[in-house]
Amino acid sequence: MSALLEVRDLSVAYGAIEAVRDISFTVEAGHIVSLIGSNGAGKTTTLRTISGLLRPTGGEIVFDGKPIHDQPAHTILGSGLAHCPEGRRLFPRMTVEENLQLGAYVRKDDGVEADMQNVYELFPVLGERRHNKAGLFSGGEQQMLAIGRAMMSKPKLLMLDEPSMGLSPIMTQLIFDTIKELQKQGTTILLVEQNALAALALSDHGYVIDLGQTTLDGPGHELLADERVRAAYLGED
Amino acid sequence: MSTLLQQLANGVVQGALIALIALGYTMVYGIIQLINFAHGEVFMVGAYGGLATYTWIVPESVKDVWYVSLPIVLVGGVAVSVAIALLMERFAYRPLRNAPRLAPLITALGVSVFLQEFVRNFYPNATAALPFPGVFVQGQLVIGPIRVGWSGILLIGVSVLLSIALQTYINRSRMGRAMRATAQDPDTAKLMGVNPDRVIVLTFVLGAALAGVAGVLFGTYLNNINTDMGFQTGIFAFTAAVLGGVGSIRGAVVGAFIIGLVKTLAGQYMPGGTQYDYVWIFVVLILVLVFRPQGLFGEPERVRA
Repeated sequence: MSALLEVRDLSVAYGAIEAVRDISFTVEAGHIVSLIGSNGAGKTTTLRTISGLLRPTGGEIVFDGKPIHDQPAHTILGSGLAHCPEGRRLFPRMTVEENLQLGAYVRKDDGVEADMQNVYELFPVLGERRHNKAGLFSGGEQQMLAIGRAMMSKPKLLMLDEPSMGLSPIMTQLIFDTIKELQKQGTTILLVEQNALAALALSDHGYVIDLGQTTLDGPGHELLADERVRAAYLGED
Repeated sequence: MSTLLQQLANGVVQGALIALIALGYTMVYGIIQLINFAHGEVFMVGAYGGLATYTWIVPESVKDVWYVSLPIVLVGGVAVSVAIALLMERFAYRPLRNAPRLAPLITALGVSVFLQEFVRNFYPNATAALPFPGVFVQGQLVIGPIRVGWSGILLIGVSVLLSIALQTYINRSRMGRAMRATAQDPDTAKLMGVNPDRVIVLTFVLGAALAGVAGVLFGTYLNNINTDMGFQTGIFAFTAAVLGGVGSIRGAVVGAFIIGLVKTLAGQYMPGGTQYDYVWIFVVLILVLVFRPQGLFGEPERVRA
């Protein structure tokens, strides 16, 4: 096992406001790693910085052995790091098929069509509605499409930001099952969730982020058993 | 009756010309939310580029053979328009990419004035209107009471063809998808690996190429060009883009034909004649904006999360 992604002492600020302070964590190849923490803890900011949409004010991001924190956002996906953003961010006025084609935008090989069929097999509802505009879909269907779109680039590491947000419990279960399945197929996953219970149950390793800092970390099942985590995030006294 | 039919035909020719320019306004707005007020001047320099090509590059022996000289003149006009648009994007707008929106808008006005004055001062004898050669079949198509110069028919044909080609390119090609993605959600487009600079440059190039074609065909149709032509026609084209719903390709084309028809019909039938055609065009614009602020084909809201 080697570290696929290493974040060291990362700091990010919006003007004078520091959203992330000296966060460090590691994602081992093949693992599911989750970042949990309350609203405003800096989880989304961290992912957006890894993707190059934000510039860090300090620290390092090393992916697959190469520093990427000063790379422009549009070059990050090409190195094998896909980001499925918060709120899905589909292209609402494009069809399912066009959204998937955009997911494969950086690919030059001719396996795109076959991979699109794989997404339709994984989520049959997308296949049935491939020519419909994505903006008309339900939250769960949009999340399936967002994950499918991110997988179209065949990433080494898939970052998922709040995939369960706004979904029914059944749909949430389906999405988490899918994440487990993607791991089995060889994709490394970095998961950001407010749904700490479900995320940690799935994770090989978890990090708790609070007020822009990593406060706790450990294997998913250990964090699940940790009193402090249970008190803060699982609503137990 | 015959006057009405004739004016309708003139309006369609005007609309075809305005459409070619309106497409550039609407595409650039769709991608970077900038009304590029200098786009009318991209059309104007296309006409002067075409004239220069005809004067100094087309060999004397083929100057009267339109099917040889017209393609050369078109290439020359388009090349000048595209070159100017590229310079404008790189040196005037790109440095202001993250500036408040008013900054590039004012810069666009500055570029517009600069280009007008530059051509007026440095193109030989451009302080007055210059004659433009009729590099197409001379004479008119006569259908009953309607007469339209063949160069007007050419303008209609080319405009319709290029609009369809552009629409198809944007809807079907990989770069077209990248353009639409950037227009709908620039950050997420970057996450897909789309290089925003490439998309923006491509947008300026496509718009400028259409404007360059329009410049040359305008000269061929009216047989005379001046440095104000971009400003005047640019206003019509900008209005057409807003009327159709700025950002929408179909809207720009439909808006252009509406403006063309309103302009010629108002010039014929409304009090004040052609001197007041602007007034009626803006009356139509104001009415549309009051009752349908997003324009005829515009999206009522921007991208939802």
